[in-house]
Amino acid sequence: MALTQEKLIGGRQTYQTLTDKIADIVLFNSKHPLSWYLTLGAAFMLLQGMMMTVTYLLYLGVGIWGINQPVGWGLDILNFVWWIGIGHAGTLISAILLLMRQQWRTSINRFAEAMTLFAVSCAGVYPLLHTGRPWVAYWLMPIGPNVLGMWPQFRSPLVWDVFAVTTYLTVSALFWFTGLIPDLATLRDKAGNKAAKVLFGMLAMGWRGSATHWLRYETAYLILASLSAPLVLSVHTIVSFDFAVSIIPGWHTTIFPPYFVAGAVYAGFAMVLLLAIPVRAMYGLKDLITMRHIDWMAKVTLATGLVVFYGYCTEVFYGWYSGNTFEWFMIMNRMTGPYAPLYWSLILCNGVVPQFFWSKRVRHNIPAVFVVSLIVSIGMWLERFIIIPSSLHRDFLPSSWGIYTPSLWDWGMFLGTIGQFVFLMFLFVRFVPVIAIAEMKDLLHRSQDHHGDHAATPIQATADGPALVD
Amino acid sequence: MDQVKHNNLDLAEIREKLAGMKGQAYWRGLEEIAETEEFQEWLGEEFPNRETLLQLDRREFLKVMGASLALAGVAGCRYLPQEKIVPYIKAPEEVVAGKPLEFASAMPWCGYAKGVLVTSREGRPIKIDGNPTHPSTLGSSDIWMQASILDLYDPDRSKNTMKDGAIAPLEDFLKEARESLTAALPAPGSVGAAGAAPVRILAETITSPTLVAQLSALAKKYPGAQVHHFEPAGPHNALGGAHLAFGRDVDIIYHFDKASVILALDGDFLQVMPGSVRYARDWADRRRVRKSKMEMNRLYAVESTPTLTGANADHRLPLRAGDVDAFTRAVAAGLGVSGMIGSVPAGADADAFLQATVADLKSAGTGALVVPGDNQSPAVHALAHAMNAALGAVGSTVTYIEPAHADLSGQAVAPGDPFASLKALVTDMQAGQVKMLLILGGNPVFTAPADILLPEALSKVPVRAHLGSHEDETSAACNWHIPESHYLEAWGDLRAYDGTATIVQPLIAPLYESHSAIELVAALADKPDTGYNLVRSYWQAAQSVTSTALARTWEKWLNDGLIAGTASQSLTVTANAGAIPAAGANAGATPPVPASGFEAIEVIFRPDPNIRDGRFINNGWLQEIPKAISKLTWDNAVLVSATMAERLHLANNVNVTIKLKGRKLIAPVWITPGHPDNSVTVYYGYGRTKTGQVGSQKGFNGYVIRTSDAPDFASGGEIGEAPGSMRLVSQQMQQTMEGREPVRVRSIKDYGAKPEYPKAEDDEGAGNEESEKSDLFKTPQEYDIWAKEGKAHEYAWGMAIDLNVCIGCNACSMACQAENNIPVVGKEQVANGRHMNWIRVDRYYAGKNLVNPEIVFQPVPCMHCEKAPCEPVCPVAATVHSHEGLNMMIYNRCVGTRYCSNNCPYKVRRFNFYNYANHHEIPVLKLLNNPEVTVRGRGVMEKCTYCVQRINRARIEAKIANNSEGAPIKLVGMKDANGKTVNESTPGVLITACQQACPTKAISFGDIHLDNEVKQWKSEPANYDLLGELNTKPRTSYLAKLRNPNPALEPATANAGSVAAAGSAGSVSEAGTKAE
Repeated sequence: MALTQEKLIGGRQTYQTLTDKIADIVLFNSKHPLSWYLTLGAAFMLLQGMMMTVTYLLYLGVGIWGINQPVGWGLDILNFVWWIGIGHAGTLISAILLLMRQQWRTSINRFAEAMTLFAVSCAGVYPLLHTGRPWVAYWLMPIGPNVLGMWPQFRSPLVWDVFAVTTYLTVSALFWFTGLIPDLATLRDKAGNKAAKVLFGMLAMGWRGSATHWLRYETAYLILASLSAPLVLSVHTIVSFDFAVSIIPGWHTTIFPPYFVAGAVYAGFAMVLLLAIPVRAMYGLKDLITMRHIDWMAKVTLATGLVVFYGYCTEVFYGWYSGNTFEWFMIMNRMTGPYAPLYWSLILCNGVVPQFFWSKRVRHNIPAVFVVSLIVSIGMWLERFIIIPSSLHRDFLPSSWGIYTPSLWDWGMFLGTIGQFVFLMFLFVRFVPVIAIAEMKDLLHRSQDHHGDHAATPIQATADGPALVD
Repeated sequence: MDQVKHNNLDLAEIREKLAGMKGQAYWRGLEEIAETEEFQEWLGEEFPNRETLLQLDRREFLKVMGASLALAGVAGCRYLPQEKIVPYIKAPEEVVAGKPLEFASAMPWCGYAKGVLVTSREGRPIKIDGNPTHPSTLGSSDIWMQASILDLYDPDRSKNTMKDGAIAPLEDFLKEARESLTAALPAPGSVGAAGAAPVRILAETITSPTLVAQLSALAKKYPGAQVHHFEPAGPHNALGGAHLAFGRDVDIIYHFDKASVILALDGDFLQVMPGSVRYARDWADRRRVRKSKMEMNRLYAVESTPTLTGANADHRLPLRAGDVDAFTRAVAAGLGVSGMIGSVPAGADADAFLQATVADLKSAGTGALVVPGDNQSPAVHALAHAMNAALGAVGSTVTYIEPAHADLSGQAVAPGDPFASLKALVTDMQAGQVKMLLILGGNPVFTAPADILLPEALSKVPVRAHLGSHEDETSAACNWHIPESHYLEAWGDLRAYDGTATIVQPLIAPLYESHSAIELVAALADKPDTGYNLVRSYWQAAQSVTSTALARTWEKWLNDGLIAGTASQSLTVTANAGAIPAAGANAGATPPVPASGFEAIEVIFRPDPNIRDGRFINNGWLQEIPKAISKLTWDNAVLVSATMAERLHLANNVNVTIKLKGRKLIAPVWITPGHPDNSVTVYYGYGRTKTGQVGSQKGFNGYVIRTSDAPDFASGGEIGEAPGSMRLVSQQMQQTMEGREPVRVRSIKDYGAKPEYPKAEDDEGAGNEESEKSDLFKTPQEYDIWAKEGKAHEYAWGMAIDLNVCIGCNACSMACQAENNIPVVGKEQVANGRHMNWIRVDRYYAGKNLVNPEIVFQPVPCMHCEKAPCEPVCPVAATVHSHEGLNMMIYNRCVGTRYCSNNCPYKVRRFNFYNYANHHEIPVLKLLNNPEVTVRGRGVMEKCTYCVQRINRARIEAKIANNSEGAPIKLVGMKDANGKTVNESTPGVLITACQQACPTKAISFGDIHLDNEVKQWKSEPANYDLLGELNTKPRTSYLAKLRNPNPALEPATANAGSVAAAGSAGSVSEAGTKAE
């Protein structure tokens, strides 16, 4: 254990250096890199593109998209599932790894939680806007017979979705905010600017760092973690029911819940890597998000990727083993039909490319990890494409077969949510400590204890430390 | 500015004017006397010209309609009478708000009547169906009858009499016309007019007795007035054939109800003849196989362009149109028609087909029938007459009658030249002898054969007038255009295919300033009168009815929708086989050597399957309903065989150049399995340059290479590459069943031997394998909550569709569109798979080859599954089940997640991706809507309701009739209180729109437990559930399709068809048919 922990913080760190390194980003004590402004600007442009798309969508209707008969769901639901999946890593890292006492989570959990919140908010855009009449989409909420005269139809997975996603979003937000409180207090104390002091002071909710505060904080945090942990499993399970409950070949599969959850974690970790790599470079956080973290995240990605790939194999096997005409046709259609290039790209992205993570050299090569993570994210997007439009486009009656081509507005909406996500992420990086300061200090404290060194001595990099810190 | 002007009344001036008025002066306000600009404007608005009718909303329209009905009855009412207008305080007699009324009338088709029943709602006609008492329809309909209601409300109809593009009073035209007619009076002292007649009237086929009498009288009074005839896609070959065989004009009536073996020679008797609706019914009645009647007729079809008749044939032989003649001669020789020698084109299968057909026809004797197609030469028709005579079929399956149409030109069927009358007219026009030409309907400038230079000739006529429903190419070439009334707007009369006369009864006052032909001709003849008076007085005289009896008799004629006893007399004519010219018209000519890069072909011309010769081009329903065989919408195409496409490397949508006799056409191709090789079909009717907004910019003009010497097919054409392509849109992308069996087809022999056979092979637990299967694999059809609840009967609605008699004509689909306010979405939306048909007709190619595939049809409405997959997935309970087993859609509750549609295995749900039903911009289209059916807004799912509005109306009517709640609804096949079996035309019977329209009665609807027709159908062994293995328990089921192949031709042609026509037989990859 000792070995592990000492590699989790690189360089020579004291409590002060940790605080400064992280809080300075927020308090504007160091200059923000130009790349931050550029990225934020680009994301803002995409976000504006989405605003235009949404305006046009509300004005004319979902006909602006490429959806049709028989493909009633296209990029809308596809992107919803994709974003929800990405949102999974946050809670997994925060809650489950916390409960499992995996301390390596510390430097990435804040980051991952924020990612969860923003990914879920991106996802949330779609179920609302994909309806034909979004102005009455609130009918899916259990507002109750007193107001609406009737309940929603509880047998529909779409209603379960509403519950699952809103619960997940709420608990994730609470968990995130609770974790932030000690750091907000630190910011309050460090802020030179009066307005910032007042703002952070209000947000810190009177945190003074007393032992009682810490006790209650730890308890609340653990309780929230315990609440969140099942949500990781439930949300994507329920999202998978959107498909598994139906009777369409390619959707009607019992394997979906575990397969979707694994896919979500897989996509989520890839996205954490995808974001952590540039941010740690941009702000010089290489000592805090170390090679060790990247290595382990790559391993989790590989493991969940294998589960996902197993899912693909199982689908094919059961398509054959069922002896069902429609099931087998669906498999053959995936492999040889109009969307076959996408299917084989999917196999390449999610089945083949992650295998590079078996190699330590790849896991420790930052550009390689970045590229593989990018490919995994694309792969997971393709997976949803294969599941949603490609299952729908050729179902039971050949006369009704069709083809789905996303329209420009579909892409506008997708790029828009990417803009939304990046925009929020970068605002977060600027205004909120990207790494949990208090937890890092705790980690530092523990590692020092384990080393048994003098309290004031900063951690020395171990022999292989510098290599790890890149 | 306005404000200032408005107050600018000069009172002093007004006083002065009032003082100067003589007599009793009425004035409406001070403004009138002042004659201010505002007053003039106001006056204009108060009595709007026709344009502003478009801005009337429904409420105002009803007010206006109610008033005019109340004042004048249905007859001859005007829009805004000058007289006092009263609101609907006392409703007119018969009109009960909310209750539809039905009126009998007739729709013209190639001049012939199709008897219709028009449903009217508070003065608005909203739906056309067949008239059950009329011999031409027997209560059924076709797509054109159904769609003709949309023509009435077409916002692009012409609205005003126009002179050179400006609105002008009709009186001015009449004045000009009468001046010309005066010149046509006999010169004093001479017997007839000197020289060529200066006044000409060009008409399409006329059967209207009143119009015939009028025109004859006109020609008598003015010897210088002459009538010409031109029908672009009429039965000119049938007439030519009759002249050849009998030396005179006859109309031919087929009696398919008596025919057991039928040979169709390149013609579509199931859809396009004036008697087709009736023919289809008679033909189908001989094919309805039931447990109690295991027999059916047998249809052989020899055809070039694939049609419904070929698709429904038991044996189909694809032959080039030019080869049909030789084949016919061979059949005739086989049947013993003297002096006939014919040879079949190379190919053993064609020979086998010939031998089998001849033997079968012979054995059927008087039950045999040979039906020549309208597109085949007069010689083929004459041969058919000779063959029918030789078979003894005349008087049995075919009879000849006095023609229902009148040949006023005396040249309508000049032997060998169907367009002689038009040519004579053009010659005279070019010679400058014609001073006035009146074109009574039609669009000859567009539809005339390319070698008849009508537009050029027209410019030499000083007064040229066009009576037409739309401003079109012809009106553009004329200096006068007079709007023609729709048949629902004006009185008239027509004869049906068998001569039966029907009074065309209008349902609504003309929406615009339009006139009917009889009104116009009466005005020309200086005896202007209303259409009502003209028709009534004609028939009073014709039927010798006394004035006192007329009122009652007239009412009966109108009520019945026909004048009893007016069917034409049958004729005894003998076919003179000797008069038939020898073969060789085609064979003798050496085909020219094609230019390099080109290949010699035969070009077949056919009117478009939906918009016909172009007259229906502005009808959105007809544009969007897929063409029966190709499933194309919104466009025409050049049909080529799969073999030719492979040889020339053609793909769908790719342009080709077709050269014929020095003329050239560039058009996109559509690969059509079953089309003969070395031959292409060019559909004409599209490519209009001047038409309404629906029809403009659609398709290409096939007329440009259609010449008068070969209007139906021509050899010596060439096909070659052309740059570019056009995007053709087929409603159905996948053409084959992909090894699944949504349509189960068996031969009647197999079915008779083992009636369970139509079950699909993968039906779990079906048939005799049932005992071997464990319970797990049984389709749980056993339980039935409706049967076991044991309480008073509640209806369990269900439908059965007999695929064996479904001919794939789309009438059901079109009727559904009319009944349920289904919007048109346009070509782009159809291309994107967003068509809205609640009941679609799937067409599959089957069999082993593309040269002559089997073609099957399957209408698919909502199945109303008892375990509907759409219901549990809806998050807001917008689609739920009724206790009567209807899968209902609650539009108001729908939020549009489309999950129900995704989860529907039949994909029968339709989504309003846009606000398709938005008629705000075209209010006149609102008049079309059925008030019993909600118009769906954007973002809402919709689908077949089993016509729930009709169910509820029937329930209410039953309740009223029996004065008791829960009184039994009359269902087809049920015994009523008097022990009489209820049928489709029993008053108050519950039938769905598709069931009502179906010409072959292939759809039955009712209660699946009560003893009625649908239960009987469902108890047939041929009954099966579509995708029953999904355990959706559909309430709609199908009766398997049966074929009746000739054992002598099995197995060579029973399934696989023949490969005779193809120069290079052989397997063409299936990929060729896939349109994706």
